[in-house]
Amino acid sequence: MSILVNKNTKVLVQGLTGKTGTFHTEQALAYYGTQMVGGIHPKKGGETWTGSKGESLPIYATVVEAKEKTGADASVIYVPPAGAADAIIEAIEAEIPFITCITEGIPVMDMVRVKARLDRSNSRLLGPNCPGVLTPEECKIGIMPGSIFRKGSVGIVSRSGTLTYEAVFQTSNEGLGQTTAVGIGGDPVKGTEFIDILEMFLADEATQSIIMIGEIGGSAEEEAAQFLIDEAKKGRKKPMAGFIAGRTAPKGRTMGHAGAVVSGGKGDAESKIAAMEAAGIKVSPSPARLGTTLVEVLKG
Amino acid sequence: MNIHEYQAKALLKGFGAPVAEGVAIFSAEEAEAAAKQLPGPLYVVKSQIHAGGRGKGKFKELGPEAKGGVRLAFSIDEAKSHAKEMFGNTLVTAQTGDAGKQVNRLYIEDGADIARELYCSLLVDRSVGRVAFVVSTEGGMDIEAVAHDTPEKIHTIAIDPEAGVTEADIAAISSALELSGAAAEDAKSLFPLLYKAFNEKDMALLEINPLIVMKDDHLRVLDAKMSFDGNAIFRHDDVKALRDESEEDAKEIEASKWDLAYVALDGNIGCMVNGAGLAMATMDIIKLYGKEPANFCDVGGGAGKEKVAAAFKIITADPKVEGILVNIFGGIMKCDVIAEGVVAAVQEVGLKVPLVVRLEGTNVELGKKILNESGLAITAADDLDDAAKKIVAAIKA
Repeated sequence: MSILVNKNTKVLVQGLTGKTGTFHTEQALAYYGTQMVGGIHPKKGGETWTGSKGESLPIYATVVEAKEKTGADASVIYVPPAGAADAIIEAIEAEIPFITCITEGIPVMDMVRVKARLDRSNSRLLGPNCPGVLTPEECKIGIMPGSIFRKGSVGIVSRSGTLTYEAVFQTSNEGLGQTTAVGIGGDPVKGTEFIDILEMFLADEATQSIIMIGEIGGSAEEEAAQFLIDEAKKGRKKPMAGFIAGRTAPKGRTMGHAGAVVSGGKGDAESKIAAMEAAGIKVSPSPARLGTTLVEVLKG
Repeated sequence: MNIHEYQAKALLKGFGAPVAEGVAIFSAEEAEAAAKQLPGPLYVVKSQIHAGGRGKGKFKELGPEAKGGVRLAFSIDEAKSHAKEMFGNTLVTAQTGDAGKQVNRLYIEDGADIARELYCSLLVDRSVGRVAFVVSTEGGMDIEAVAHDTPEKIHTIAIDPEAGVTEADIAAISSALELSGAAAEDAKSLFPLLYKAFNEKDMALLEINPLIVMKDDHLRVLDAKMSFDGNAIFRHDDVKALRDESEEDAKEIEASKWDLAYVALDGNIGCMVNGAGLAMATMDIIKLYGKEPANFCDVGGGAGKEKVAAAFKIITADPKVEGILVNIFGGIMKCDVIAEGVVAAVQEVGLKVPLVVRLEGTNVELGKKILNESGLAITAADDLDDAAKKIVAAIKA
């Protein structure tokens, strides 16, 4: 089993015809035949997209039309920042159940607008500013490098793209493999939080352990820790390892990700680590030891 | 992006907010003419630097008994002498660090009769994904200390973006601030216009500390700290024009031209990484092995060879840097692009310090091949732990 996506997921691409969209769609098609079913471009509807190896996909003018013609149940967005919020809203209005936005650099106020629209819908948004989601040997949405994955038992959730890859790589090397890896993204206002994904991993039978990677800024890690404590009281608990990036980050400075900033005396690494450990997560001091830390936890 | 107080007040005034009359000056000679434009008899001379705590701050060049960075003047002559003493000197506050900041701009403002000092800020509350007012009756103080010691005195009112600031929101804010009479009337226009300004200008933070109730019972914005969402600057040329580069680190300015996420730090191991989380983790692991990072640098996902080379040059130009750690886990970023950028930069500016490179992910073999064939003195590392150990050992040797 897996969460969010599997071999049956049919994916549309908003921003397919750009350089980034084209590259990653080729990669997705090459990854165990992920079902990429079409692209959207308001002016190129009716045309055909062709990849560098001769792959081809139909282009539709709107998400509504694409969904109707292809039966897609997911969409991935590679639209540049200025137009990305409108692209997300178009997907929400077309009632796409699962929307992933890769785009980095969307104005926060645009995301406030998206969030309000999202809250009145049945769609789930992953991201923005995220690497996407990958279920090994079944479906790759987004930009994660497929080659480092291995089918297995670890659920991975992270605010950071590249640290997701570290966790994937290391759990593959330990022979554990992954059920699904999810990057929730580094922006302050986003569609999916740790709690949403942790709930899915707790419910997924194939997921036997979880790695959670947070970073400075906000209080999502603390809220997730409280959620895990509450669930554990109901008997729902899985072995977990974790990491928090930004122990050495100076206060008040935004560290790359728009959401990674310690402000108003809140969001520092130490309080997140303390909260996660209180929830039974073994927090590794080094991002290079995520895999070995999880193995230690599993050995008990 | 941050702006100065006088710029923030002018912007708020444009939206109709009650601010005192004031004049910004760029040299001590302008002080007299500036003060003469104001009604008097009380003036406030305020240092304009991008840091808080100015009132309690001290000038490095003046004695400890000298007055701080915000001063009252009871005559035009006194305003002139304050300006003369403050200009060009270095103000050290709780937020500037020991180095302090040189005062190159002053703001001379009409004095106010203060009855009560309040706190009001607007920010994006990420737990609900909405703009929120954070207000407190405890104005004019360090709000972090208030939040820590008396959290019950801080009230957060989040605004529904589809409804805007409603009458109920205004009532909630006014009640939290214990406003009545003329102040409560003022509140009906002030809070919606602050919200409008925040939205229309894509602010990241608007902090009014203090917002005052004057003796005539009206509200006034006495101080204003404003910062903007860097991702939205592209649609605000007027805001972009307010940038004061003298307030920023020269390396950070250069990095921003290349759209690199770069933060200058105090250590001596330069880092170049892809991904913000991995870049922070790279800093953390350097510290874990006993050294300090010289910078945070995320070259991002879609960087080309030129951008990578620019980043590498900014890092090597920092005289503090005694060693460099390049840590790449390629997803969007391809390892061969990083390798080509590093090689191009080294060929141009040379390499005088140890360089450790760790590559993993997309096109890793090609990247390693480019580095190997370059003939450069590069130490390869297997993983992040190995890379951190090697660079720390290299600069200790």
